Amino acid sequence: MTIDFQPDKPIYQQLIDRLAGEIIRGIRKPGDKLPSVREYAVKTGVNANTIQRVYREMEQMNIAQSRRGQGTFVTENTERLQELREQMKEEYIEYFVQDMSDLGFSLEEMMEGLKLHQKEKGDSHD
Amino acid sequence: MIEVQQLEKRFLAKKAIQNIHLTIETGRIYGIIGENGSGKSTLLKLMAGLIHPSKGSVKVNGEPVTRKSASHIGYMTDRDTFYPYLKVKELVDFYDSQFPDFNRERAQDILDFLSVDPDEKLTNLSKGNLGRAKLAVTIAREAPFLLLDEPLSGLDPMVRESIVKGILQFVDFEQQSLVITTHEIRDIEPLLDEAIIIHQGRKLAQQSVDDIREHQHLDVESWLKKNMK
Repeated sequence: MTIDFQPDKPIYQQLIDRLAGEIIRGIRKPGDKLPSVREYAVKTGVNANTIQRVYREMEQMNIAQSRRGQGTFVTENTERLQELREQMKEEYIEYFVQDMSDLGFSLEEMMEGLKLHQKEKGDSHD
Repeated sequence: MIEVQQLEKRFLAKKAIQNIHLTIETGRIYGIIGENGSGKSTLLKLMAGLIHPSKGSVKVNGEPVTRKSASHIGYMTDRDTFYPYLKVKELVDFYDSQFPDFNRERAQDILDFLSVDPDEKLTNLSKGNLGRAKLAVTIAREAPFLLLDEPLSGLDPMVRESIVKGILQFVDFEQQSLVITTHEIRDIEPLLDEAIIIHQGRKLAQQSVDDIREHQHLDVESWLKKNMK
């Protein structure tokens, strides 16, 4: 697997988002060991210095923890992970609302649209 | 560290390289980007000590570069200049006989990783596998500086990906730095710490890939185009 990165955002940022997404979805659980720097570099096709930065920033965000000689782990602080989940939600909502407002949609239209979308998606599964 | 100062190279009346300053630090990956004929390969050869500057200097760890600097510098040419009747394992033997810092075990591991058969003759290898074999013997050296001239050029996407992964797996970035010339920027951008634009023999710009994306909101290819205008 190599990743197609968005052109206008730093690669380390996109990898943090990716790992944070995997943590929130439960693919990576609290206390899980993250891949070694080299392993993740090879997996993603990204420079090892960038991966080191990803882990450093995740530590500063308190969503990962490095243990000397052992590697980097997903935090076991579930409160923080809950908070991360909320943060990501708000972030995505903000993007969505911003884009929709730019296109001229009102809040009511957005909410209607979301409900309708969900309903249609639900129907299509039947 | 490789330090390039006021570097100039003339071929008869043509200035191939003009007034280039640049520094290569340990542990980083540099991409020298630009069109064909921009002077990228000439710059790389000057850094490797394979050709002499007309003016200015290249220093490797403080010493002026010469052909003897090969003990500090691994260089991979973009040409296919191997004896075609050699087997891959004989190419490994040849490198082993030439370079004291050649790590046989690493070479074998890289060939395994890239699925190249050591018993195959070079002449029978596909273009992709020849590219992989060249990379393997080059990066099996424990030289502090590895200079790769167009390692991805003319190879298909699968081979390009495996070469990028081979570099990430086997180069020791605690001890080594890598300089890569390329005009195939997309595949190599995530591998780079810094990008350097060479245009008509001059250095137009140098910046870290993170900064280009963070502050200019551009990927390296768009940044290159913007600088060429």
